[in-house]
Amino acid sequence: MTLLEACGVVKRYGHVEALRGADFSVDAGEVVALIGDNGAGKSTLVKVLSGVTAPDAGELRFAGETVNLSGPTAARALGIETVYQDLALAPDLDPAANLFLGREQMRRGLLGRLGFLDNRAMAERTRAAFAELGAGVQSERMPVGFLSGGQRQSIAVGRAAAWASKLIFMDEPTAALGVVQAERVLDLIRRVRDTGIGVVFISHNMPHVLQVADRMEVLRLGRRVARFAAADTSMEQLVGAMTGAIEQVDQGAAP
Amino acid sequence: MSSVATPSGTDTPDTPAAPDLARSPRRRRLIRVVTDSTAVIFLVLLGLVLVFSVLRPDAFASLNTVRNIAIGTSYLLVLAVGMTFVIITAGIDLSVGSVLVFSGVVAVAVMQRLGEGQGWGAVVAGTAAAVLAGLAWGLLNGVLVAKAKIPAFIVTLGSFGSAQGAALLLTGGVDQRGVPRELVTSVGTGRLFGQVPWLVVVALTVAIAGGVVLRYARFGRYTYAIGSNAEAARRVGVNVDRHLVKIYALSGALAGLAGVINLARFTNTTLQGHATDNLQAIAAVVIGGTSLFGGIGGMFGTIVGVLIPSVLTYGFVILRVQPFWQTFAVGIVLVAAVYVDQLKRAARSRL
Repeated sequence: MTLLEACGVVKRYGHVEALRGADFSVDAGEVVALIGDNGAGKSTLVKVLSGVTAPDAGELRFAGETVNLSGPTAARALGIETVYQDLALAPDLDPAANLFLGREQMRRGLLGRLGFLDNRAMAERTRAAFAELGAGVQSERMPVGFLSGGQRQSIAVGRAAAWASKLIFMDEPTAALGVVQAERVLDLIRRVRDTGIGVVFISHNMPHVLQVADRMEVLRLGRRVARFAAADTSMEQLVGAMTGAIEQVDQGAAP
Repeated sequence: MSSVATPSGTDTPDTPAAPDLARSPRRRRLIRVVTDSTAVIFLVLLGLVLVFSVLRPDAFASLNTVRNIAIGTSYLLVLAVGMTFVIITAGIDLSVGSVLVFSGVVAVAVMQRLGEGQGWGAVVAGTAAAVLAGLAWGLLNGVLVAKAKIPAFIVTLGSFGSAQGAALLLTGGVDQRGVPRELVTSVGTGRLFGQVPWLVVVALTVAIAGGVVLRYARFGRYTYAIGSNAEAARRVGVNVDRHLVKIYALSGALAGLAGVINLARFTNTTLQGHATDNLQAIAAVVIGGTSLFGGIGGMFGTIVGVLIPSVLTYGFVILRVQPFWQTFAVGIVLVAAVYVDQLKRAARSRL
């Protein structure tokens, strides 16, 4: 089932046309890699799809219905979460505080109404959420700034997975990571997908893309120029589509 | 929160293989203690008290000294409570001393117009007026910082001058007397159970309430989050601007309350006595381990940070050391405290 679909999205910044009628689609329970060279419009498209930026033209359909995402909050209400490239964690807060930031669980009764937090419940739910994902965050009470890059990325992905019921955008989630840590994050992405959540994976790293994606959609100069199914796609084909050496390829939507 | 099922056979949370600051629990605990500047600074305070007590057990280690130090720091503690919130958001409030004076002037004006300057009604009305006057300055600061995006240093430097100027304009530069007797004899010189000065009770209550809110309430959580990474807070839907306005409003309102405490103690508006309150409050907060860069800090440290300069003053007086050494020593403590903070920041990786 097509979860989120974009048709003919246009976005201009002054005289620059970042998106010139871009199309995109992602299904539930699949990892779609969104790839393209620098300036192809990947980030702009993700901003439009996650409600951060309003498009100048084009249509977004969520589960078949036309939607108008007024902001990130509207997207979150639909079950769409985003993992930003620069993590967007608060380094001085512990994993539980980060996981629940903006969605804190309050104490029951009067204390809760006075604005007091139920830290114990949040810590427990954090532990459970990360354990279910197999994301080993062993120190719930440690400010995340003290953790390694891989652990922090796991927390960022885990946070998105914990709140997203439908779809997660991940902007370069493996960019700053070492080999082992990147593997762990890719593994995490597969597990999220296996729960039926759609994942949009934006990356420059073609080996990672080929490793984790079920499909690839290629943007060039603000348009979708190619769609590949992962199974029979080579690095050369991807690079060819990104650079324009290959003109148009369409292996269709979900296999 | 959606439930996320685990594929069978892969449910062992493994440990990261990469080199990691937080590798072993013991090592982690060590890092936390060494970099916990609040613990360090509390030991410094205990050390100072111990040294002065040993050197002059007759003069320093007395209930009277404790009481005098507590009274002397009471209004500063109230200012420092607000300042702690502000600095944790990575902001600064230079206006507190001037707002204190302005609020005191407003309070005296209201009290004199009510019941000819006497009676509990005048005290309550004057206190409310002072807190509201402080709140108004705080709101102005907050709106200019959060909405107009003017750096807090400049905004509050501006209101530092304006509030002081307004207070002088209202009074023609003459200290106003006529503080109700009820206020002076109760809060000013009275004692709870005949032992604990009411000034101290009020200041400590404010500090404890502030500490509880900071640590256990959502308001405090957002305060840390904004100081730690305002953009992250914004992205998850925290209304950062509104929270910042509230923070500066809180600091202003507490400065207003401190204005009343100041009236109760000195029985007049002390127009010229608060030019360095802002720096004293900032120093106390920073000495107490709250980071000027935001995201880190706490109220217990602030209490300790308020006490250290005062303990030094008393100790030096009792030891007949020239009191000029006090500012010298506080300067060293301040710089050392910020150095410890830098070590702490270096210990955690950048994000």
